[in-house]
Amino acid sequence: MASQNLQPVPEALSPEEQERAAQLEAEGQAYFDRVMADDSRIEPKDWMPAAYRKTLLRQISQHAHSEIIGMQPEANWISRAPSLKRKAILMAKVQDEAGHGLYLYSAAETLGQSRDKMTDDLIAGKARYSSIFNYPALTWADMGAIGWLVDGAAICNQVPLCRASYGPYGRAMVRICKEESFHQRQGFEILLELSNGTPAQKQMAQDAVNRWYAPALMMFGPPDDDSPNSKQSMAWNIKRFSNDELRSRFVGMMVEQVRVLGLTLPDSEVRFNDETRKWEHGPLDWEEFKEVLAGRGPCNAQRLERRREAHDDGAWVREAAAAYAAKQARKHAEKEYAA
Amino acid sequence: MIPNDTPTSQVPSRPLDSQARPGNPAAVGPRPGTPVVGAPQESTTSVWPLWEVFVRSSRGLSHVHAGSLHAPDAAMALRNARDLYTRRNEGVSIWVVPADAIAASDPDAKGSFFESPQGKDYRHATYYTKSEGVKHL
Repeated sequence: MASQNLQPVPEALSPEEQERAAQLEAEGQAYFDRVMADDSRIEPKDWMPAAYRKTLLRQISQHAHSEIIGMQPEANWISRAPSLKRKAILMAKVQDEAGHGLYLYSAAETLGQSRDKMTDDLIAGKARYSSIFNYPALTWADMGAIGWLVDGAAICNQVPLCRASYGPYGRAMVRICKEESFHQRQGFEILLELSNGTPAQKQMAQDAVNRWYAPALMMFGPPDDDSPNSKQSMAWNIKRFSNDELRSRFVGMMVEQVRVLGLTLPDSEVRFNDETRKWEHGPLDWEEFKEVLAGRGPCNAQRLERRREAHDDGAWVREAAAAYAAKQARKHAEKEYAA
Repeated sequence: MIPNDTPTSQVPSRPLDSQARPGNPAAVGPRPGTPVVGAPQESTTSVWPLWEVFVRSSRGLSHVHAGSLHAPDAAMALRNARDLYTRRNEGVSIWVVPADAIAASDPDAKGSFFESPQGKDYRHATYYTKSEGVKHL
């Protein structure tokens, strides 16, 4: 359906046809510009500039891959959760991440790329996903820090995306944001309980916060002066606030919340700038960020290998389901014929 | 040492998993007459059809479009829809419809297709202003 829009214009066009195609293109662009000016929404079958489609496809598919890979650090702790309650909560959370991945793959598919192609790209190591999931979850307290800091940063990033100019993306984000707030709260609760526990438990919570703080701040992406795509994304009403703006807001929220936890942020330079009215933080290691994105983080290989393995192990299930569906369809057809 | 968060009890069990096991069609080979679904090695992904999912959130309300999903048949589509779109009691009833069974209006013709109601404000109650202030009207 939507993929038909992607087909290149055939070469041998008569001058009249060429003129007509150019006219349609101009009309499409005019309509698109009007939608942007009105801050309205673009829907799958609307005309859209090729670069807009490409940008969205890249962003949404990377977002979907992040949800899918993001299942791993937490899934690895399900068997070691400290109580049945925590186990059930963690399973629900990991199931949510799978769901979020599927919502987003659906949204990306409306742009003309099949989910199977996106899956193949991820497994082949050709697609990117958020750098944060390439850090290891070393202790149970990491489940708390991931929920509080990582999901907290994700929410900060995602709430404005609910108003993204591409309809299917915005709708997927609305659903996701509703579910994410449970994720952040359960993480906060884990840290709070550890913080009020034995000195060793409190230390474990602090250690997890120390390790996840900087990677969580880097989730907002490079600083504004080093983020080449941001400007265009903002002009297209996909992105509503700059990376630094969102990061600063997030730091402000964490400053308040860490006090309730009875822990500290591993950043002596956090302060509120009275002139700019913005929160500031210490320097971040952007070289590390680039290394992790380029595939050289602590867990990149492990994450991709696990994803590949899960995909291969699930092959017989997919094949069996398809074979069963085909058999049922055949039986049904035979019955119809006999009747 | 490379940091790793895989629990030792879950260390990849590759050799075991790649062996034949009951119910693994790849291991026993297709039965005669079984439709071949996706070549085993390169593309294990046979393209499952797309389904549109409609959820009735409570009795007395209509089914509303919730999203879409891939599934091999209607029964699996319903089960997947339940797991994907009603994990928090969002629904009491689900419809799944093959996406290609939906006929849609042409987006390029949106002007002319929806032209008829244009300029027909008299179809709305708000058009009639003279009765303003009159009770129960």
